[in-house]
Amino acid sequence: MAQLRLQANWQRKNFNLNIDTTLPAQGITALFGRSGCGKSSLLRLIAGLDTIPAATVVFNNQQWQTGRSFIPLHQRRIGLVFQQASLLPHLSAGQNLRYGFERVPAAERRLQPDQVIRMLELQTILTQPVNSLSGGQQQRLALGRALLANPQLLLLDEPFAALDSQSKTAILPYIRTLVSETKVPIIFVSHDSREVEKLADHLVLMDGGQIRQQSDIKTALADPQSPLFDGSDITSLFFGKAGKVDQWGRHPVFSDGCCIWLGAGTEFRSNDVMDNTNTGEVRLCIRAKDVSLALRELPDISIQNQLSAQIIKLQPYLQQILVTLKLADGQLLQAEITPCAAAQLQLQPGMPVVALIKAIVIR
Amino acid sequence: MTTVDMVGSATSALGAADWQAIQLTLTLAFYTMLLLLLIATPLAWWLSATPHRDSRRGYWLRTTVQTLVALPLVLPPTVLGFYLLLLLGPQGMVGSTLQQLGLPHLAFSFGGILFASVLYSLPFAVQPLQQAFEQLGRQPVEIAASLGAGPIDRFFSVVLPMCKGGYIVAATLSFAHTLGEFGVILMLGGSIPGQTKVLSIVIYDHAEAMNYAAAQQLSLMLLLFSFAVLFVVYSVRRKIGGG
Repeated sequence: MAQLRLQANWQRKNFNLNIDTTLPAQGITALFGRSGCGKSSLLRLIAGLDTIPAATVVFNNQQWQTGRSFIPLHQRRIGLVFQQASLLPHLSAGQNLRYGFERVPAAERRLQPDQVIRMLELQTILTQPVNSLSGGQQQRLALGRALLANPQLLLLDEPFAALDSQSKTAILPYIRTLVSETKVPIIFVSHDSREVEKLADHLVLMDGGQIRQQSDIKTALADPQSPLFDGSDITSLFFGKAGKVDQWGRHPVFSDGCCIWLGAGTEFRSNDVMDNTNTGEVRLCIRAKDVSLALRELPDISIQNQLSAQIIKLQPYLQQILVTLKLADGQLLQAEITPCAAAQLQLQPGMPVVALIKAIVIR
Repeated sequence: MTTVDMVGSATSALGAADWQAIQLTLTLAFYTMLLLLLIATPLAWWLSATPHRDSRRGYWLRTTVQTLVALPLVLPPTVLGFYLLLLLGPQGMVGSTLQQLGLPHLAFSFGGILFASVLYSLPFAVQPLQQAFEQLGRQPVEIAASLGAGPIDRFFSVVLPMCKGGYIVAATLSFAHTLGEFGVILMLGGSIPGQTKVLSIVIYDHAEAMNYAAAQQLSLMLLLFSFAVLFVVYSVRRKIGGG
């Protein structure tokens, strides 16, 4: 398996980085933690932007930094996208896009500008002056530019933090498309749990310059005590394949006998979900608060999604009860209900129930 | 010499020696500017590094160098000239070493005043560049590196175009400041025609000799030229800022 070996022990006045770990170098890895936890420093260590003495960075079999040897960033083939102002303002949008591409020997180019322009829908952006682009457009252009430089790894440092929530919602599907189409691994830094839930395959939790925990995203989300949920709602993921839009404009997502319907106009770019020719793989985020439980299917109710499930576990969470359910396809779903409701329905582990989810609250 | 003589006689008060001094001064200023841009670029870049991650040693080193660079701003030029005379003269550390290598020592020579001018005008090149680099920040360069651009490539494709204003200001200021140099050269140069006798010294000599017409003409030329140079600097600053 492709991997990234990291080791550093670095003390500074009011900061330290103490890392000894191996990260997966495939799919999307999120470095999550509050500001000042060292996640950006870790990213800069990987990129070779800070010269941290006696650190080790080994990407697959390439020794980027070991002992005295140090390969500078421009020879590491790492794509970088920062929070903002990533574009070079003295160049046009087109020149920005091709800056890295022109520096890759023709024989090594894996992507052509046309492909990237199509994938990230950059056509209209390329005709505009750089300083007139919106934050989201700038980030998309910066992503495209990074991709065309033929990177082995993409590092994104809070790439969406400066975007308003609408632009953020619009750009996230592009990242997924990018990974599924190019297979370039991504490591991104974030302090926004929604972003992480939507994108990450692997989660690394950082605090005080150290890695506290790392796991795949499903395992991480199954833990209600995870720092990911500090100040934000417990969320489960549902993975499935997108189906065709029905006459009502609803999007179905299928997984082994389960089907979840999304209302039209929910946070998806519909063409992205529906026409993704590669895999059609879709990830849905479902807040535990948005899941209700019933003992049997209810025909006379507006709620569109009624999924048979089995109770795995009941546990108190804050002042409510968190119910962990197993769906027919084996995926886990969390429901947050009041203790009163749990008592009235006499919920017990092992019981079959029906999980009710409104089609328009799923993102 | 003949063309110089002709021009000289056409403008009355100025003689061949004056024109020689003007030519020497312009040559000196030009080479000083050129050398300064070469030296000041890496120096200003190093000084503009973000201090918050600096180690204690780095902090002291940077502060010391920053202070040394600014010293010519406050030091009497004669002090600078005096130390250079000691250093570069036949008995000095640099001068004697040069002589041992079979080379001439640097006091009372063009090479000597060029060296002095570079030191003397150093802050006028370093400070505008440093300011431009600080405004630029490291991010554009880091991005260029991630896109496969090596150090030289990054300088020409990112730093130079984005810090154009800083370079124009640094070049004009170091050029203009060298034109007005007096004290350092007086101490170190020794007023050798065609070698070290620059405009400001010629003006001083004219004034001493009560040759006011020539002194006035040269002074006026220097005044107008300096005005023009500073005008360029400030209009560039206004237009594209320090960076």
